[in-house]
Amino acid sequence: MEGLKDIILQYVTKEYLEDDSEPLNFDTPLISGGIVDSFSLVSLKRFLENSYNIKIPDDKATPEAFDSVNKIAVLVEEFVGKKG
Amino acid sequence: MAYPEKIRNLYQGQVKAIQDAGLFKQERFIHSPQAADIEVEFPSGAPLKKVINMCSNNYLGLSSHPDVVKAAHEGLESRGYGMSSVRFICGTQDIHRELERRMTEFLGTEDTLLFPSCMDANAGVFEAVLTKDDVMISDRLVHASLIDGIRLCSAMPDTYKHSDMAHLEEKLQLHADKRLKMVITDGVFSMDGDTARLDEMVALCDKYDAMLLVDDSHSSGFIGKTGRGTHEKCGVMGRIDIITTTFGKALGGASGGCVSGRRELVEMCRQRARPYLFSNTIAPVVVSGVLKVMEILNASTERRDKLEKNAAYWRKGLTEAGFVLREGDTPIVPVMLFNAKLSQDFSKALYDEGIYAIGFFFPVVPQGQARIRTQISAGHEIHHLDRALDAFTKVGKKFNILGKTKQDIIQMYGV
Repeated sequence: MEGLKDIILQYVTKEYLEDDSEPLNFDTPLISGGIVDSFSLVSLKRFLENSYNIKIPDDKATPEAFDSVNKIAVLVEEFVGKKG
Repeated sequence: MAYPEKIRNLYQGQVKAIQDAGLFKQERFIHSPQAADIEVEFPSGAPLKKVINMCSNNYLGLSSHPDVVKAAHEGLESRGYGMSSVRFICGTQDIHRELERRMTEFLGTEDTLLFPSCMDANAGVFEAVLTKDDVMISDRLVHASLIDGIRLCSAMPDTYKHSDMAHLEEKLQLHADKRLKMVITDGVFSMDGDTARLDEMVALCDKYDAMLLVDDSHSSGFIGKTGRGTHEKCGVMGRIDIITTTFGKALGGASGGCVSGRRELVEMCRQRARPYLFSNTIAPVVVSGVLKVMEILNASTERRDKLEKNAAYWRKGLTEAGFVLREGDTPIVPVMLFNAKLSQDFSKALYDEGIYAIGFFFPVVPQGQARIRTQISAGHEIHHLDRALDAFTKVGKKFNILGKTKQDIIQMYGV
């Protein structure tokens, strides 16, 4: 789980943060905090699906489910688990 | 009765929350035509005050130009006041098609379709030409009307970091499997005044078979050597697939907009774009005014040349006074204050000095990037700019921000 969180944190930092932004932690609110907008959520979902060979249904890829690295990791674990 | 007290209370609570957050928008009533010198009633009921307008989109000073007003009068007489119809039923006059031809020629495209506004053009264009099998990749700082249009479209949305070409290329690669790809940007970004890197974007779009849409609302009429827009400035005339733009800013400032570009894409908008199909035609009086504007612009570049000189003079003056500015070379010159309250206090102090300029803060601009956005016009004379510079300097001294860095200002006022 920790490895998964690190990968997500690294991706979100590279993808969404500007050079002079405050660093993120696992609980930083991403969508409600205005860091990730709803359009950009698409590429995050695609990154997760490609990286973990999973399919996250659109009704599960909600702004709430993607609102922090911790929440995203829980979601990904759920689908990785189902795959196994 | 479907508006009981509990519903009223709900909305009153929402309005109060907006007020409490300091985000309540209040109009200032202008009692004169749009110009560099205007007479303003603010707050409501206050005596009229003569001020210099430093925040209008009247870039070319044509909003109240006597020739444009005269042409509008003539259009009113010859074509009437309203058409009482959408375009495709009985709302298309000869002058509507004439304006479409003039815009096509001016922008160097294949065809043009008028919309009631550029907001409507942006709201309608994506759904008219894209489907769920396609992707829209937009700059993260595009105008709200493009964001709304993207939301209304079934194609997949994605974004790239502002003007970051490496990031855009990554996104074009990520979405290589999509049927169609469309890259979306403002030509000049309205809050920062910087210009999209259209030459590089065209090259990337060519490489990855993507279409390119540019909203040139803050460019048409004055950016580029003959004012055609950002595609002229970047040397890519004829290479942009769709340009959307407005007649509500430099091109007379009344209302209306258009989609201009590849013939088939424009035709799809005529067949499918809902704001075109279900909203009234542009009033004949406005079309007549814009036709005169186009005649003025085709005859001479005098106004855009004066605007360029004015903008350079203004930027140099503010820089020498010690303000922190956003980099750029357009007539949009943002004076950075970073703190939301400071931007409001600064705007009020300027108004007391006879200068009308508005402070912008989150959510209109990103958190911690509050600013006074100044906009220069060909209608400004040097004496207007000198007076405004004096006022800015006086207010800048009052708030002790002259010669200070971003970090200094944030340390004094917070973000």
